[in-house]
Amino acid sequence: MRLDSTDKQLINLYQRDLPVCERPYLEMSRQLGISEGEVIDRLQALQSDQVVSRVGPVFEHRRAGASMLAAVAAPEEQMDLVAARINRAPGVNHNYAREHTYNLWFVMTAPDEDTLDERLDELEHQLRLPMLRLPMVEGYHIDLGFDIDWEALP
Amino acid sequence: MSVSTFPSEQTAVTSYQLCATDRQLILATQAGLPLTTNPWATLGEQLGIPAEDVLARFQRMQDAGVLRRVAAVPDHYKLGYRFNGMTVWDIHDEAVPEMGQRVGELPFVSHCYRRPRHLPWWAYNLFAMVHGTSRQEVEDKASQIRDLLAETCSGHTILYSSAILKKTGLRLKKQGDAPCSE
Repeated sequence: MRLDSTDKQLINLYQRDLPVCERPYLEMSRQLGISEGEVIDRLQALQSDQVVSRVGPVFEHRRAGASMLAAVAAPEEQMDLVAARINRAPGVNHNYAREHTYNLWFVMTAPDEDTLDERLDELEHQLRLPMLRLPMVEGYHIDLGFDIDWEALP
Repeated sequence: MSVSTFPSEQTAVTSYQLCATDRQLILATQAGLPLTTNPWATLGEQLGIPAEDVLARFQRMQDAGVLRRVAAVPDHYKLGYRFNGMTVWDIHDEAVPEMGQRVGELPFVSHCYRRPRHLPWWAYNLFAMVHGTSRQEVEDKASQIRDLLAETCSGHTILYSSAILKKTGLRLKKQGDAPCSE
């Protein structure tokens, strides 16, 4: 999908915050200088081409339970097996392979802190690999996206 | 690709108890907000809640910090940011609050968190996520962070992601619903 300057402006302006008011797309259309219908059409197109993964609310995960980033160093030849075990464990919602001795990085979630610890203990025991537990101590910039450098993109 | 390393239990949010209706709204909008002229009315029709209640609840959740924001969330990978580097830094403990703030303010950093060290295995206490269209770009950005940190930093590395093995959305707490007002 080729993005034109209006699409880019739309993403620049609304990747962080969209107005929470009665007619959000009308409000956006005034900013962008296009009609409300066109804003809706463009959002639909951006979404169906997956350039925009979703137009919607981003909730505070801390309010929805507990979660923690963790990592293990899986031996290269066991990586697929370990990854599959992690993916199957209840509560795991992200799992990334990364190029490092600690090569599997995942986020464990649970309804509350105690269950979170139990789930991590259980998984650590199952994997028989020491687990690096990395709770967030402080957030300085929490998932707010970043400025897209359109010129640099292919 | 929005790489979420979820924040954990810290940093209190104004106390706000989600009620069953809020929960319904959260679930109904997981895939996104309806793309209609009045999305709140559309949601309300689906769930049997008056439109003005829907909007009022979203506004309240936003004021309370339960709802961070409503946004058109771009897929960075799809846009061309094929390289995702988790840059990790070993910063003198007393310098972390100031440096975390400054690194978090850099326009190309999407997440910036302080996390505990686990010596001797893991010495890095500041994490900053950096995206680029090439490894070189990620490295250039990391060296800008390095310059900023100056003598407060005693080591760093970049962990590139090589595969996304799992990525699913938010799950809701099952218990602890507050009674619904209005």
